[in-house]
Amino acid sequence: MIISVASGKGGTGKTLVATNLALTLSGKSKVQLLDCDVEEPNVHIFLHSPMNQSQPVFIPIPKVDEAKCTYCGKCAEVCAYNAIAVVKNKVLVFPELCHGCGACSYLCPESAISEEGREIGVVERASLGNLEFVQGRLTVGEAMAPPIIREVKGHIDPTSMVIIDVSPGSSCPVVEAVKGSDFCLLVTEPTPFGLSDLSLAVEVMRKLDIPCGVVINRDGVGDDKVESYCQEQGIPILLKIPLDRNIATLYSKGVPLIEGMPQWHKSFLRLFQDIEGILTSQVAK
Amino acid sequence: MKEIVVLSGKGGTGKTSIVASFAALAQSKVLADCDVDAADLYLLLKPELKEKNEFWSGQVAFIDKEKCTECALCQEVCRFGAIEDYVVDPVSCEGCGFCHQVCPVDAITMRKSMSGHWFISNTKYGYLSHARLGIAQENSGKLVALVRQNAKHIAEKAGLDYIITDGPPGIGCPVISSLSGANLALLVTEPTLSGIHDLERVIGVCRHFGIPPLVCINKYDLNEENSYQIENYCHREKIEVAAEIPFDNVVTEAIVQGSPVVEYSSNKITQQIKELWRIILAKLGK
Repeated sequence: MIISVASGKGGTGKTLVATNLALTLSGKSKVQLLDCDVEEPNVHIFLHSPMNQSQPVFIPIPKVDEAKCTYCGKCAEVCAYNAIAVVKNKVLVFPELCHGCGACSYLCPESAISEEGREIGVVERASLGNLEFVQGRLTVGEAMAPPIIREVKGHIDPTSMVIIDVSPGSSCPVVEAVKGSDFCLLVTEPTPFGLSDLSLAVEVMRKLDIPCGVVINRDGVGDDKVESYCQEQGIPILLKIPLDRNIATLYSKGVPLIEGMPQWHKSFLRLFQDIEGILTSQVAK
Repeated sequence: MKEIVVLSGKGGTGKTSIVASFAALAQSKVLADCDVDAADLYLLLKPELKEKNEFWSGQVAFIDKEKCTECALCQEVCRFGAIEDYVVDPVSCEGCGFCHQVCPVDAITMRKSMSGHWFISNTKYGYLSHARLGIAQENSGKLVALVRQNAKHIAEKAGLDYIITDGPPGIGCPVISSLSGANLALLVTEPTLSGIHDLERVIGVCRHFGIPPLVCINKYDLNEENSYQIENYCHREKIEVAAEIPFDNVVTEAIVQGSPVVEYSSNKITQQIKELWRIILAKLGK
């Protein structure tokens, strides 16, 4: 089963929920925790485990053999991203614009274009007993997160329970991360900002046809409009985490909630059972 | 004209509350919300829509079933896993057109896709340039560039001195698009280990693109030891920590009331934000 943890708005507690859910479940069975917020991966802060494997992620960019090139301009014509240009007797490649689709090298009539890898980030792994942790990390200054997310998800073991920590927002990195999930937990806070971004995240899940439920973090801080929204939309609220200085302090120090306040273990276990219940009843329907 | 962009790396550190307060404090400015896939600034500035336009960008492949001979070449060449059983998944399609180029029977066309909307609004604080990326759409970087370009046009036409931009979280494509060419980046962080980790990465992005950074520690008293660590780090990196704002629930109350916190209340926090704006003005040299 794959459960992703997303939110729309940043800083609502995705990492807190993903990490504690994974740690709770790994007490009993095999769990994979994937940090797909590759721009700002934070799960590792809470696991205190050295990464024991690291592989670079490359995207293939064109390399032109000028000896074979006739400057016909076909490559520039087929590139949808303006990443390759032919000027007089020179071919210019703009690596940071290239999506690595491979059209230019395939379609070059002179076979003058080969591909070389350009490193845009890394995928790192660590094992902590039952918990296998995989994280992606985009290199600072690079723009494209989705290829790294795809690489992280390539490590998914279908026999394992999989928890995915997603980046904030509602655009391509979020879609790439949640695609293929059985369920998505949307973590929000009870404020107008939380509600506005939650409703966008709900639309993403509906478009991708992924069932979802809500976790309200910092409960008590704002107003009750998130709750009324969930009721109207028929989205279950599966967990509430109160606004509590102790919880915030543990988070600030990188201590998982279930370690600092073990009474939360039960709540995360129940959260998982509720998700299982929802999915079973859907299958029954 | 000077452009300041507010970023954070980590989400939820208080960018939008600070930008809304700057909106209330600054003279002669236009505002831009570049967090196009989770825009919230409008909730505090209450814009009156003046202009709404469609944002067409990128392409999506479409397979004509009538013409398709199911040779599967398109599925073989697609590196984004976007074609299955001779049907294109528009969410996965990156619009590269490789399939369209190789199809031996010309069954694949590339169709322009409507990826969102952009807006120009009036607020009681001045003009706001903003946008909404369509659900699960790509090209947020291009839409961000458009929002900034619109803000620049407004500023030029009206002879305004400042563009104040609310940026997206992260360090990827929309952040780079919000940042490149700006005069100053205000980085809002919080004293958590996650906040520090993400701050270091967004400072790296500022350096990469040559934009001078300035740091503001929000909710600094949540963990003073971590705040001290941020100060030390910034000191080593020769980056000024321009403000340390204490935690106060009044910021959330202001959000619930839909108002910039400097207009909602007057206390230690709002003094700090006012002082921060003065420092920024001094940095920008006007």
